[in-house]
Order: sequence, then structure tokens, then C-alpha cells
Amino acid sequence: MDTAVVAKDIKRTDLLQMYYYLRLTRTLEDRITALYRQGRIVGGVYTSNGMEAISVGYASALERDDIIAPFHRDMGAFLIRGITPGEVIAQYLGKRTGPTKGKDGNVHIGDLKRGVIGFVSHLADNLPVATGAALAFKLRGEARVVVTNTGDGGTSRGDFHEAMNFAAVRKLPVVFFCNNNQYAYSTPLRLQMAIHDVVDRAKAYGMPGEIVDGNDVAAVYLVARQAIQKARAGEGPTFIECKTMRMHGHSEHDSAKYVPRELLEEWKKKDPILKAEQMLTHLDYADEAAFREVGERVQKEVEAGVEFAEQSPLPEGPEVLEGVFADEHEVKP
Amino acid sequence: MTTTAAGREVTYLEAISEALDEEMSRDERVFLMGEDIGPYGGAFRITEGFQKKYGEWRVLDTPLAESGFVGAAIGAAMMGMRPVVEMQFADFISCAFDQITEVAATAHYRWGAAVPMVIRAPFGGGVHGGPFHSECPEGWFFHSPGLKLVAPSTPYDAKGLLKAAIRDPNPVIYFEHKFLYRRIKAVLPTEDYIIPIGKAEVKRAGTDISVITYGAMVHLALEAAEVLTKEGINLEVVDLRTLMPLDKETVFESVRKTSKAIMLHEDNKTGGIGAEIAALLAEECFDCLDGPILRIAAPDTPVPFSTPLEEFFLPKASDVLAAARKLASY
Repeated sequence: MDTAVVAKDIKRTDLLQMYYYLRLTRTLEDRITALYRQGRIVGGVYTSNGMEAISVGYASALERDDIIAPFHRDMGAFLIRGITPGEVIAQYLGKRTGPTKGKDGNVHIGDLKRGVIGFVSHLADNLPVATGAALAFKLRGEARVVVTNTGDGGTSRGDFHEAMNFAAVRKLPVVFFCNNNQYAYSTPLRLQMAIHDVVDRAKAYGMPGEIVDGNDVAAVYLVARQAIQKARAGEGPTFIECKTMRMHGHSEHDSAKYVPRELLEEWKKKDPILKAEQMLTHLDYADEAAFREVGERVQKEVEAGVEFAEQSPLPEGPEVLEGVFADEHEVKP
Repeated sequence: MTTTAAGREVTYLEAISEALDEEMSRDERVFLMGEDIGPYGGAFRITEGFQKKYGEWRVLDTPLAESGFVGAAIGAAMMGMRPVVEMQFADFISCAFDQITEVAATAHYRWGAAVPMVIRAPFGGGVHGGPFHSECPEGWFFHSPGLKLVAPSTPYDAKGLLKAAIRDPNPVIYFEHKFLYRRIKAVLPTEDYIIPIGKAEVKRAGTDISVITYGAMVHLALEAAEVLTKEGINLEVVDLRTLMPLDKETVFESVRKTSKAIMLHEDNKTGGIGAEIAALLAEECFDCLDGPILRIAAPDTPVPFSTPLEEFFLPKASDVLAAARKLASY
């Protein structure tokens, strides 16, 4: 990203805030991975390692009343919406203080009060749901926007196509992100689709599409901000393909041996945190000491989160029976 | 569109239409989505004239994409709207199965999000619809915790249950029987009323055998009951009305009185709702049973098209007569 453009279009404080969230996301997910390796987390661990700039970038461009309908590589967006590291770790540990009170695990986090629509493991299921939230805003004349995200693999699902089509036909205030990290579990892009750029799919729906460097938080932020503004102004949806690389396995149990090492080496040089530091240094917005300070701050926050989560109670067995149905008072007025 | 007038008879179909109209007038959060429901008024004309009255956005014609528009209804419901989705035929609900069972049914349990959504599903055979316009898919959803299922058998129940479904904070699938649309009529009250979800009704009180049923089969049971009276067999007909959550108490109360039970449904026999109720009776009412629990249901085949095949496939009043006579001998 041209630093002159960044200097002109993004406030220094906003950039520094994004850098903070990049570091918090990385540190939190590294800590969760460590807990997993120690056997303290049962179940899968899904990280956004190497892809943090995407969810940090788009979530930084949202207004408070906007909504996200994320997938499992969007930790930065959860944190920006106000889900705390402690809640995330509690969720991973199956504690009652996690956002699903132990009913669901890992990154299946939802909380409408903080504008997060929870998702299911079936990829792209959240895209039609996102269009419906956007439809509600349109029906009520509210200037609110929904941002949703899925992976390259998720764009093969019918729900992706049905949601893109419906959103375009009705010009709904929704922005579709695609985290193109080259692999859907072990399946490389060339076996997922016969096109090189996922963004080509947008044309079929008459929807504008953009390609952006998914490892450049400023670039993601700017393209997201523009698409969100358009959506808010009633000009309809946009599809944004973020080119990136999944640096870990699909889940932490997966060594990802099927990914060529040289590919990972190449992408390591494009690490989103490294890129952000280069940019901030170039703009003279921050220096090594400032980076170190942020590192120490997020480390403390994550450790406080571990402590909170570990001290939190586990749910009691019979709680399994609670909450299958909602009561009237729980419906959003 | 029908206008309610005191003393005017309405069909089952008109009762559904009235419920939608009244709920849309009462609550601006209520809106309709589906295929061809706008200017065309829907495949069965239930929403005829609605778009003129409520506008293009509250009577929203969707692309042909059941999963997409059910997913959209879920998202709108999470944002506080009250979407009512029309499946053109219940058969097509299979395209939206994932959104219904994984997203809608689990959202509140997992992360506390209420999904006040109704899916209207015109179901059932007897209309020469063939394998893909006649299905009874309620069994699929009966096995998915988090969904409410209703299946009215009369215009009165059709109206009251649809209103209750729209006002319910949970995803409700409303199974409306196509065979009944224009075949049965009733005079409905002019004032607002609902039929509470979760309440069965004894449609005919009897002393000898309980027939537990729902939907169009209620009428079959009532027809058989008239014939059997002449033979001194007095059937009690329990109309479940709500399939989930089941009104177990009303079922148990009836069987404790009659000591004999027949499950009657148009859905396939194996793994159907009748099987579940039979199991419940075996668990809870074993001591009061004076004979085997019998099931009358469609065979385990797709719904056939040709008239003699479909006639063979669908449960008939003669099946009820035979089962009742067999049970009466115990």
C-alpha cells in the first residue's frame, strides 16, 4: 500500500489501533494454540495466523451499530466488536463465562448486543443470514451495514451463490469478504474452482468486486471502508477478495504437510504484522520501542484472559437441557 | 384477499390468508418472503392482493433459492423482524434443510439468539401432485431440537395457529395441508384469537379407542368414527395440532381413558411421528393398554403420481375401520 495514500486517508490513531488489534489477535491465538498443545483445550483450535489483517481491517471500518456475520478466521473482528480475550479463552475451555456458556466451542461466538451473528461449521451458511440482517435494515430504513466473510472453499457452496444473488438483486447493505488463503483444509484453490481469482464470481451477480492484499491491514481497511460507505448509501453490495495465505493447518491438529514449504516461506516475508510495522515505521508513526510496548500490553491482556477463563466455572451437566427454545422477552424489540 | 365479516364462511385457505393479513396489519415487523407471492399471489393465491396493500418490500418476491431466502429470513428475525416464509410446496423445504436445522434450530441454544420466523409449508397428498408436490416432510424436522411444528386440520385452527406461530419467538414450521385448502369451510370469530402452540384438541370425544392424528387425516378419522358408531365402537379423535412440542398429556389422558390407541398419519410409517407416540405410550401408559398400539401410515415409498397408486398409498377410512375393528376385539 502506498504510504502516501495511507498517510492521507487513514488517521494515525486508527492505524495504531489496528496494529494493536493485529498484535492482540496473534498473541491470543498463539496462547490458545499453546494451551491446546498442553492438552488444556479439548476440541479443535482454528486460528487466523497470517490472515489477521483481514478481520482487523474490515472490522475497523464499521460503525458501532453495524453487524458482522463472520467465519472461523475472524478473531480480530471479534475482539474489535468487544469480545474479550478472557471470553474467547473461556469459550475454548468450555466454561460458563464463554459467549455460548459451554454449549458450543472454539470460535463459534455470537452476541447480538455486540453486533456479532454467530456462525455454524457449515461454511457459507452465514452469508444468507447476513443478507437477511441487511434486509431488516433496509425494511426499517436504518443506515446500518452487515459485513460477512467466508473462505475460498466456502464460495463453492450454494449458499454463497444464493446470498450473493439475493443481495445484488435487492441492493442490500451487505459487504461480502472472501479470505482467499489458498487452501480449504487440504484442498488447493485449483481443485476448488476453475478460475484464478475468486472475485470473478461477483460478475455473475452483477456485483462490483475488488481484489486486495489481505496481508496489508491499511489496504483492507480502505477497501472495506469504501464498500461499507457505498452499502450504507444504498448503493448495494460489494464482493472483496483478500489474497492471503493460511500459515497454520486447517486446525491446530493439522500439520498442513500438503502445503509446499517454499510457499509458506514466501508468505512469511509478507506477514501482516511485519508489513504493518514497516508501514508505521516508514510513516514515522511508531518505532521499535512502541512495538515492544504494544507487545507487552497485549501479552498482559491475554494472560489476564487466561486467568479469568481458568478461574471461571464449568457448566453443570443438567444445563444441557436449558435454552432449546427462546422466551418472548428475548426477542429484540 | 378476504375480508372478515361476521358469520361468513371461510375456507381453510382463506383462514390462512386472513391470519397473515391481520398479523401484518397488527405488527409492522411481520413481512412475507417467498417465490411468486407478490403480484401473482403465490402458487395457491394465499397472498393475492397483499403486495398492493403492503408494498413490494413487505411481500417480497425472492429468487428461486430456498436455502438463500430461509437464511435471509433467519438473519432478519435475528434483527427483530417477524418473517413469514412461504415454501411454494413443502417438498422444496429440503433445499433449505441446512439453514433450518443447523442455523435456525440451534441459534438460541448455542448463543442465545431468538429466531422468530415462520415457514409455511403446503404439504400432503391427494392432489395428484406426484413425488415432489405431495410430500409430508414433518418427520425430518420432528427430530431436530429447536424447531416448533404445527399442522392444523380446520379453518379455525389454521387461523389461530398461524397467528400463534407468527407471535412465537422461535422458528415454527407451519404445515398446511393442500388437500384441505378449498375442501373445508367454517365460520370464524371476528375477534382476534390464537390457538396456543403445544395444545392438542380432542376433536371427537369417545370411549373405546383413541385415534391420534393431525392434518388431513383428522377428517379421515372423523369419517371412520361415524361408521363405527353404528357398530357400537366409539372412537375418540385426538388432533395433535402441534407436533413439536407434543402435547403428551392430552394424548396420555385420552389413552388412559380408552386403553387403546391408533396412530394415524399420512407421512411414511417408519420413523414417523406415530412411532414416537407409540413409544411414549409404551413407556408411560403400558399399564392401561388393553391391546397393541397400531399405526396407520403411508408405506415407505416416495409419493406416487398415478391415481390408483396414490389411492393405494394414502391412508383410507377403510384402514381406520379395519384397525379399529381389530382393536375392538381385544
